[in-house]
Amino acid sequence: MVMGTDTKCIAARVENLNGANEFVEECADLFGLPAKKKFGLLLALEEAFVNICSYAYLDGDGDVEISCVAGEDSLVLEMADRGKPFDVLSLPDPDTTLDIMDRQVGGLGIYFIRTLSDGVSYRRENDRNILRMEFRRSRENSP
Amino acid sequence: MEIQTRNEANATVVTITGRLDAVTAPEYEATVQQLIAGGSIRLVIDFAGLDYISSAGLRGLLVTAKLLKAKGGLVRFATVEGTVKEVFDISGFGSIFQMDATVAASLAALA
Repeated sequence: MVMGTDTKCIAARVENLNGANEFVEECADLFGLPAKKKFGLLLALEEAFVNICSYAYLDGDGDVEISCVAGEDSLVLEMADRGKPFDVLSLPDPDTTLDIMDRQVGGLGIYFIRTLSDGVSYRRENDRNILRMEFRRSRENSP
Repeated sequence: MEIQTRNEANATVVTITGRLDAVTAPEYEATVQQLIAGGSIRLVIDFAGLDYISSAGLRGLLVTAKLLKAKGGLVRFATVEGTVKEVFDISGFGSIFQMDATVAASLAALA
């Protein structure tokens, strides 16, 4: 079993998504995350990454530190930025029942993270926002 | 992502393959806006070759569908399957678009 932490620091720009994706996909493959969970992991990665690119550094450039922590049964993805304090989990879930003309996409990203991960939490640590998302290898899906 | 368009008798078929994400969604939006500007307002989007879609991709679909609706156009989505279908279902987008099992079914519905 492979255990340990892999970290990559990437400039917070949307065009760097592919690089972030490759890094996390490699971690998922090394860990042996099942395909369905890997899909959830990579979707969560994009949503968190794009959020940081869009909102964390409104006054200039900054980085995203991406860590994959391989545990016994779960792979934990942590995304850290040095933007102003912001808990993305404070956003309300979107109304997924509205008609096409009234439908907004804001808030959908974090809703995907909540739905597809096996646990998500936010913490502010050393002037950084850190979003922690857990993906279990085993089948059961806890809320 | 790759986008191809072809004209059928009663609609334009837009085939998207690969990833529809934050990087590629602007290209999708631009392509569809161009079609609409050129007078093609009956569209079938073929998702058979699409492996991945995110909220940015869904936003692109929504923006173009709203634009199309404002122009009196119609759009149907064909072959939304697998993980892409799952994202549609979680987001509720599966119930706001008209979906068909095949491109032929979408074309027939627009005939």
